[in-house]
Amino acid sequence: MTVIFGIFLLTLLVITAIGIVRTRNLFVAVMLLGIFSLLIAINFFILDAADVALTEAAVGAGISTVLFLGALALTSERERLGTQHRWLSLAVVTSATLVVLYATFDKPLFGDPGAPVHQHVAPWYLEKTPEYIDIPNVVTAVLGSFRGYDTLGEVFVVFTAGIGVLFLLSARRGGPNHRAPAEPDASGIGLREHVIPRVVGRLLVPFILLFGLYVQFHGEYGPGGGFQAGALIAAAFILYALVEGEDRTLAALPQSWLIALMVGGGLLYGGVGLAGIALGSNFLDYSVLAADPVAGQHLGIILIELGVGMTVTGTLLSIFHAFAARDRA
Amino acid sequence: MELLGLYHYWVFVVLLMTGFYAVVAKANLIKKLIGVSLFQSAVFLLYITMSKVTGGTAPILLPGMVDPVFSNPLPQVLILTAIVVGISTTALGLGIVVRIKEEYGTTEEHEIQEIDRR
Repeated sequence: MTVIFGIFLLTLLVITAIGIVRTRNLFVAVMLLGIFSLLIAINFFILDAADVALTEAAVGAGISTVLFLGALALTSERERLGTQHRWLSLAVVTSATLVVLYATFDKPLFGDPGAPVHQHVAPWYLEKTPEYIDIPNVVTAVLGSFRGYDTLGEVFVVFTAGIGVLFLLSARRGGPNHRAPAEPDASGIGLREHVIPRVVGRLLVPFILLFGLYVQFHGEYGPGGGFQAGALIAAAFILYALVEGEDRTLAALPQSWLIALMVGGGLLYGGVGLAGIALGSNFLDYSVLAADPVAGQHLGIILIELGVGMTVTGTLLSIFHAFAARDRA
Repeated sequence: MELLGLYHYWVFVVLLMTGFYAVVAKANLIKKLIGVSLFQSAVFLLYITMSKVTGGTAPILLPGMVDPVFSNPLPQVLILTAIVVGISTTALGLGIVVRIKEEYGTTEEHEIQEIDRR
């Protein structure tokens, strides 16, 4: 039954993707991209990747759609030229497709437990997590402790991308094609005039925040962690900004706090790593943080997950505010 | 059944190439970024497909499990972080497109090249 459902979902994914590329209305394409993300999140879930599904649903279907819409508001909603070099592009893409399709026949079959990917280090992680770290969620154990270096790098990439967006969009407007300031529209005050979205939105925000905090601090025991929680909390504030307006959101959580969250998260993560050195072990070795190595691992993972959550929340919200502020300027 | 076992990979290939087509064939910069997002999602799907083990469950160790089979946690970790990094870099791309629109007045690639040639 699950197999049929999976095949149905995958087929829907392909149809959605083709729809996204074919439409010349970018607004439609962005909406379809949100649906695409939701479908692929369900796919991840039935492929046993609960953590990934949670992240994709919050980021892909929620925040990504809002950011694309923000960019569309600043550019244009229609593609004017459409496709260029259609036949050449089709020929290149078709030949590439055939080559990759040919390569798939060498892949191990779907779900094969003997596939090479399951032989190397993964069984070791599954076997040693109870002994070294003793938390139920192996994904969090690998993310936070066994491969803590990777995650630190990812946090810095997120931080750098956030700084990049702030640099690009906080530059003063000007230049030869400077647009005259648009006539004042409703974007600055959100949906304040519309009663139903406003009431429902206001009701939802605290529950999304609560769920975000649960996902943050329960990530060792169930699906969750800093990346998912950061995306969820950012989504709650974005929803608040959409129904109540930018100014009230910035009054609740000012830009300076967001920058502090971005920087503080990275510093917290790096600081936990340096604490490992100061206590006489290696960078990002949490075992020395407490008298008992396993308790040290617990403490280290909670702290670095908090750092991840802070940086992700701060970055995603700063990016959102940067696009929204550009719209009003 | 053997062909069914490769269906996930074929969907991956089609999604990957749909994204690739949008990047090479479309003139609109936002559409190109949408294509990059599709391409990226296809790679996520490939990794998660590879992590699945038949009869397995999510890699969360619960007490009282008898002889459990778990799917592979490692690709899940890699993709979990890649999704968040992906949205940050897409946002950076969108920021660049917005600035291009402000300076050139268009987001169509040909028109931008024409303005540059002048």
